[in-house]
Amino acid sequence: MAQSAVPPAGTSPQARPAPAPLRVPIREILPWAVFAVVLGAVLIYFVGAEQGATSLFGGTWVHEFTHDGRHLLGFPCH
Amino acid sequence: MMRSLLVRGMLVGLAAAALALVVAWIYGEPQVGHAIAFEEAHAAHEGHEPEVVSRTVQKTAGLITAMAVYGVALGGLFSIAFAFAHGRLGRLGARATAALVALAGFVAIELVPFLKYPATPPAVGDPETIGSRTALYFGMVALGVLATTAAVIVCRRLVPRLGAWNAVIASTAGFAVVIGLVYRLTPKPNAIPEHFPATVLWDFRIASLGVQLVLWATIGLLFGYLTERALAHHPARTAVPAGT
Repeated sequence: MAQSAVPPAGTSPQARPAPAPLRVPIREILPWAVFAVVLGAVLIYFVGAEQGATSLFGGTWVHEFTHDGRHLLGFPCH
Repeated sequence: MMRSLLVRGMLVGLAAAALALVVAWIYGEPQVGHAIAFEEAHAAHEGHEPEVVSRTVQKTAGLITAMAVYGVALGGLFSIAFAFAHGRLGRLGARATAALVALAGFVAIELVPFLKYPATPPAVGDPETIGSRTALYFGMVALGVLATTAAVIVCRRLVPRLGAWNAVIASTAGFAVVIGLVYRLTPKPNAIPEHFPATVLWDFRIASLGVQLVLWATIGLLFGYLTERALAHHPARTAVPAGT
């Protein structure tokens, strides 16, 4: 699970249970953060904005299909 | 560790979307229906546009898909915010951290934009201004995220000097002043058609707020419960000593 975590010198998480709540090192979070932000931005863009102010695909199908969700989730729809 | 947090966040987001969907159907859809009826009654002379997607599909498959995708996206982002926060907010455990991160996320992503640019039902909003309204809305989301993150960082630095209670009050007050100033300076493109029923507008907006509230509350509480349970089962495998 924590195979990519680099414990600070002189400590071993396996040998000595941490007294404080777990703290995931920043450098372990960062690649996952980039992945989640990119994925989240793409997903939220298609639910909230595609074929509204900007269009990657022609037509209005995405806009009309997500219409109710767009309104109820608070995105400007049309 | 991060992989399981992210997967858990996305699944919790999906579960939260299911609950929010129930709220959307019970409280939101009737108002959307009223607004569309108003729109059609007042646009009758312009002729009927062909329906690309039927109302039935919009209300069912369309809404389900939109909520599910939004829930998964939010849940994933939530788990990242949780990973940054856990172990760095005093000695709060997983449940309390998840609840606080959900509260902060609700304020940053929903409440800050909502108070200035609230959700609008069909028929409200000038299609000519969709570009600027979309930019203002997402700008306000970005401001909410930045201001909330800044408030949390400032608060952590103030704790040793002021104590936790006063540090939270000071950073919250600073946050409110910044948001209040931006509210005063940003434009508000109002386009509510004449005779649009005020009750429909109000009920729609409250329903929209309710959908988001249920979504965020479920993500925060369920994620906290599941993470606390997972840590209790494998404390030695997942724990990293503080000080990193």
